[in-house]
Amino acid sequence: MALPPLDSPQWQSSWRAFAWGVRSITQTILTLVLFATYLGIGALAHDTHFSLLWALCSTLFVWAGPAQIILITTLGSGATIIQSAIAVTVSAIRLFPMVVSVLPLMRTPTTKRRELFFAAHLTAVTLWVECHRFLPLVPRERRIAFVNGLGFGLVSVCLTANIVGYFLAANLTQALGAAILLLTPLSFLFSTARNSREVADVVALALGILLYPLAAKMNSGLDILVSGVAAGTIAYGVHWWREVRA
Amino acid sequence: MNAAQLIGDWHALVVLFVAGVVPNQIWRMLGLWFGGGIDEGSELLVWVRAVATAILAGVIAQIVVQPPGALASVPDGLRYGAVAAGLVVFLLTRRSIFAGVVAGEVFMLAGKWWLG
Repeated sequence: MALPPLDSPQWQSSWRAFAWGVRSITQTILTLVLFATYLGIGALAHDTHFSLLWALCSTLFVWAGPAQIILITTLGSGATIIQSAIAVTVSAIRLFPMVVSVLPLMRTPTTKRRELFFAAHLTAVTLWVECHRFLPLVPRERRIAFVNGLGFGLVSVCLTANIVGYFLAANLTQALGAAILLLTPLSFLFSTARNSREVADVVALALGILLYPLAAKMNSGLDILVSGVAAGTIAYGVHWWREVRA
Repeated sequence: MNAAQLIGDWHALVVLFVAGVVPNQIWRMLGLWFGGGIDEGSELLVWVRAVATAILAGVIAQIVVQPPGALASVPDGLRYGAVAAGLVVFLLTRRSIFAGVVAGEVFMLAGKWWLG
C-alpha cells in the first residue's frame, strides 16, 4: 500500500485522510511489536489480579506501555498509590519532548490548540516514530486527521491484544502463559535498544537493568526510582564527559 | 471468567486514574500547552531522557528478576538465559526486534520443555 500523491483528490476529505491513517498501521513492523507488548500487558494484568476492564481503561487513557507496566507491577507488588504515581510520572516525562517535537509537524497557522488534543494524547514512542516517517507524505492540512486515524488504528490493535492476552493467561498452560509474560520485557528491551542512538542511551539502558537488583535489595518501595535516577544520572555524566566537556 | 474478573471494583479504577492516568497525561498536556518554547536538545532534557530510559530498564529487570504469575514457574537461570539469547540474536541480526523476541521465546520454551 502506498499513500496517494500529495495533490490527489483522495486527500480532499478529512474522513478519507483518517481512513488512510488507519490503513497505515499495516505498513509498519512496530504494529506487531505493539501487539506483542499489549498481549503481554493483558496477561500481566490477569496474573496480577486486575480486571479486564481495568486493563482496557489503562490502555485507552494512559496509552503508554512503560507507564502501564510500571503501574501494574508496582501496584501488584504492594506499592502505595503515591509511590506508583511518582514512578509513572517520572517514566512519562519523556512524553513531553515527544509532544513538543511532533505537534509542529501537523500544525497550520490556523490550527487551534483543542484540535491537537487527540494527537497529543495519542503521542507515544510508536506514533512519534511513524509521524516522522509518514507525515511528509501527507498534505499539511490533513495531517491531524491522518494522525488521529493512525492512533485510532494502533489503539484498536492494542485493545484487541489486551483482550486476547488476558484470556490466554487465564486459559493457557503454564509454559505458554510464561511465554506471553516474557514478551513484554523482551519487546521493551529490544525496541529501547533499537532507539538508543547515543552512548548515554545505551549506558542508561544497561546500567538501569544492572542496578535494579541492587536497588531492590534496599526494599524501599521506590526501587525502580532509585535505580532509575542513579543509572540515568551516571549515563548523563557519561554524555557530559564526552560531549559538553570536550 | 466472572464479573469480578471482567469489570472489577470501582476502587481499582479510581486508583488507575490517580496513580496512572493523571501522572502520565500531565506531561502530554504540558507539551500541548507550552510546546513552543522548549529547546529539544537542552541538557535538562538529555538527563530526563536518560532517567526515563533507566526507569524503563528497571521495569524490564523487575519483570525478569521478580517475575509475576506464570513466569515465576520458569527457573531463574532459564529466564536470564532467554533474555541473553534474545539479546545475542538481536545484535547478530543488526537490531531486529522481531528476531530477538522470537529467539528469547524459543530459548525459554525449549528450556522449559527440556527441563520437563
